[in-house]
Amino acid sequence: MTEKRARNRLILAGIVIGLIAAILVLLGNPKNMGFCLACFVRDTAGAVGLHQAAVVQYIRPEVIGLVLGAFVVSLIFREFKPRGGSSPMIRFVLGFFVSIGALVFLGCPFRMILRLAGGDLNAIVGLFGFSAGIGAGVVFLKRGYSLKRTYPLSPLEGAWLPLVQVALLALLVVAPPFILFSEKGPGSMHAPIITSLAAGLAVGALAQRTRLCMAGGIRDVILFQDWNLMMGFEAIFVAALVGNLILNATVGGYFNLGFLPQPVAHSDGLWNFLGMLVVGLGSVLLGGCPLRQLIMAGEGSSDSAITVIGMLLGGATAHNFGLASAAHTITDGVLTGGPTGGGKVAVIIGLIVMVFIAVLNTKRVAVSSVKEGAVL
Amino acid sequence: MKEIDARGLSCPQPVILLKQALADQPQTCKIWVDHPTARENTLRFAAHAGYKADILEQGGDVCLTLSKK
Repeated sequence: MTEKRARNRLILAGIVIGLIAAILVLLGNPKNMGFCLACFVRDTAGAVGLHQAAVVQYIRPEVIGLVLGAFVVSLIFREFKPRGGSSPMIRFVLGFFVSIGALVFLGCPFRMILRLAGGDLNAIVGLFGFSAGIGAGVVFLKRGYSLKRTYPLSPLEGAWLPLVQVALLALLVVAPPFILFSEKGPGSMHAPIITSLAAGLAVGALAQRTRLCMAGGIRDVILFQDWNLMMGFEAIFVAALVGNLILNATVGGYFNLGFLPQPVAHSDGLWNFLGMLVVGLGSVLLGGCPLRQLIMAGEGSSDSAITVIGMLLGGATAHNFGLASAAHTITDGVLTGGPTGGGKVAVIIGLIVMVFIAVLNTKRVAVSSVKEGAVL
Repeated sequence: MKEIDARGLSCPQPVILLKQALADQPQTCKIWVDHPTARENTLRFAAHAGYKADILEQGGDVCLTLSKK
């Protein structure tokens, strides 16, 4: 496939994904949250009882669809490759802190774009933090950062996360009493199951084929001045923006330019910046953003599956220990919500842990090691 | 000929290694990858750097032999 064709395909996929995100909000998802992988994985953690925050508990079909969509499409195109063994515990820890950073900001990189497309200017501050984190990660990549190689594994090993999604889908549909569903708050707001699942499957398939990655786009621009992956990022923004503007003109309430009030967001600039800094750095150290981790888990990467489990536990921990920020709301002129003390400490710890991981896994590759028949 | 084994490495490490290997513009270079994304990314980088590629698939691995256009 020519480069131009691949780029056009990525732009088209981005447009479709942006529109799907806008439609999911119209059909019931929280505002500016057609997709939010950190939030949705956290909601699923709550639904299976890993945390007790009653307002964010729901098995999100979008996540199930993303993994299964990538799984099925990778099987069809013979790209399902069960593999793993590249520093799994480090990946778990990185996934854990990426999730906490995202929940201090209140959104993964995907939702950051959707928030921006809804006029939420706090997301620009988040984007600066995300880009700074990616820039920091690139410094380590250039110096030889690596979590070492993956190795081929059995098909069952690579299929575990997709299989777990099938089980989660069954639990969602059957809804036994031990599965918790929010009755109010963001967890209670969702599009119909079948729509959310179909949206997840479509986006999962598109993201698998186009290698869409929110962190990879900025990373490739900094590293190689390669704007290809960024096109997908930009197309999602433009399509979601257009979708929101159309909905705003027809239904109302879908676009509000400013810092406050914004749906499921806070306006503490420092912690919006630092939360996304952790997400950006962690995503580069992992080799992909939270969306990409779900897609690669669907393609058979048990390393990415472990990362997703880290995100799941990170999401649960963020709510068990009051680390996740609360949305800013203004009641009778009084501003409530924002980042918590624990969340701030967790972000700083996450940053320190990530730098520690990056330094300890950075070994400059001597030029001689890529010469004459060398095996690295 | 320079030869890089980038099998099993996460993105964008294969491209970083290739960039290092092509820095002094060798006439030829060989790189092994084992993942479709790494294959696409290294091919794209090589094309931008002015190299054409012969592709040899061996099992699940792909060997790209790059030579200056």
